[in-house]
Amino acid sequence: METAALVVIAFLALAALAPSVLAPGDPLAISPLDSFQPPSLSHVFGTDESGRDIYTRVIHGTGPSLLIGIAATAIGLGLALVFGLLAGFGPRWLDFGTTRFLEVLFAFPGLLFALLFIVIYGPGVVTSTIAVGLSTAPGYARIIRSRVIQVRTSPYLEAALVLGRGRPSRIARHVLPNVAGSLFVLATLGIGQSIVWASSLSYLGLGAVPPAAEWGAMLSAGRTYIASFWWMTFFPGLFIVLSAAATTLLGRGIQQRGRES
Amino acid sequence: MAGSLSVDLVASGPRPDPRASPGDARPAQRTRLIRWALLRLGGVLFVLWAVATVTFFALRLIPGDPAEAILGGPGSQASVEALAQARAEYGLDQPLFTQYVVYLGHLATGDLGTSYALRDSVASVILVNLGPTLLLALVSLITALVIALGLAVWSTGGGRIAAAVGSLLEIVAAAVPHFWLAISLILLFSTTLGWLPPVSVPGPLGLVLPVLTLAIPLAGFLGQVMREALLDAMESPFVLSARARGEGDGGVFWRHALRHAAIPAIGLVGWAFGSLISGAVVVETIFARQGLGRSLLSAVQGRDVPLVIGVVLVVALAYMLVTTLTDLADRLVDPRLNRATR
Repeated sequence: METAALVVIAFLALAALAPSVLAPGDPLAISPLDSFQPPSLSHVFGTDESGRDIYTRVIHGTGPSLLIGIAATAIGLGLALVFGLLAGFGPRWLDFGTTRFLEVLFAFPGLLFALLFIVIYGPGVVTSTIAVGLSTAPGYARIIRSRVIQVRTSPYLEAALVLGRGRPSRIARHVLPNVAGSLFVLATLGIGQSIVWASSLSYLGLGAVPPAAEWGAMLSAGRTYIASFWWMTFFPGLFIVLSAAATTLLGRGIQQRGRES
Repeated sequence: MAGSLSVDLVASGPRPDPRASPGDARPAQRTRLIRWALLRLGGVLFVLWAVATVTFFALRLIPGDPAEAILGGPGSQASVEALAQARAEYGLDQPLFTQYVVYLGHLATGDLGTSYALRDSVASVILVNLGPTLLLALVSLITALVIALGLAVWSTGGGRIAAAVGSLLEIVAAAVPHFWLAISLILLFSTTLGWLPPVSVPGPLGLVLPVLTLAIPLAGFLGQVMREALLDAMESPFVLSARARGEGDGGVFWRHALRHAAIPAIGLVGWAFGSLISGAVVVETIFARQGLGRSLLSAVQGRDVPLVIGVVLVVALAYMLVTTLTDLADRLVDPRLNRATR
């Protein structure tokens, strides 16, 4: 199953880095005469209301859609790392303060924090990406904090302390490498979910807007025609599911391997 | 966030922080539980106050004049007098700190202010919408637990192939975005088969598709966690000793293993509630169903600040109630936790 996940991820990576190899057409080229064509040999995924080829758009949308997911995860993990290190490595009052702060953030479950952020800074690709990143941060921070505490109390860190290593050196040489494994697993598991969330925001009209070739925006545009032209929403959604499932599978595979070794 | 919550959260999940209850000689279990409850209550009040404060000041960062938003946004061309009147009416001409104190005072008495867009008290808007959303969330949660348990039982009991298929199903289900699932279900059950209404109608029939949309991804997450717990339990010494005592497969499963699968599932209920509320925003919009999620989305789109604050506060309160209850349930199902708290 992991092999299948790797194949899907390789395909998505190719589509993201070199979309023209897989789909030579222009994702924005309109052709009103060909509008609403069902899937056929010339249009594998059919066409949309302006006659744009859905396959081309889905392939060209891979880059932006994945980038949003990766950027959101990076924002979330970056913040979480700062919080986790402050809480796990700082003095006791700082741990107390950070933990309480995280508890407050936890009280905004799921998309709630993202919606609040969008109310303040307005809808758009950048704000929705930051919003998703921010709402994932507390969950990561809690896991990283417990990992940091686990490392801090380990014998080798005590040895480093006895050897007279300073705090920056202990963090850089011992804590970070040991937390990196968990970070990597969290990142692979998180990217899929970030893509799903960001595309949900696009679907609600709070993220990327049509005619951009982004999966969520394509779904949002296709929703008007859902009853008659199912292919406009089905295929972009399929790619979201594929990428989310593939990254999750890979993340779980890595996690399993880490646990066995 | 949801993806990261699979297994790790169970380990680092809503367990009480050992530091929160100072260690001393072992008091009676009841006193310990009461102290835990008091600490929890204090924590809930603190978080509510913090959420209210963060929300209040964060929404003041919104660029533009709130008085203009009250009168229908920048396009409304409101006169200077009308703006001044709106400011006076909503207390926006007061200094920020006074506004904050007045707002906290109102909150303490349950007054959440007046919605800009609906011209109605936020409390009554929320009261009208809370019921349908809670019903949706509750039915979805139960459905998800049933599906997850079914999948977990089937895939642990059915050999290698069932295990592989089960875990793939769970991962795909957890990866499906709500809106896409909703669209696909409408397409299948309403457009093609014509069995169920594509929009939410009153009565149980209108609840089926929204519930399935919310329950399937959640079942994927819960199933992954429950299956792992079941597998762990089936390999543990107490199952071996139960078998040695001559208990049959059914007895071992229902009496011993299931209880262990329930522990992580209960721990995740608080998180599941949060994800159901976010899902409700999408699902209620797609199925045109009345509820808190749809109110929240329209309030976000219209920048209806009092309504956004109100909904956020109510959801935060509900979320904390749920997590406190699940912590309590955790302690009842898993007596080890009470002993472990020093």
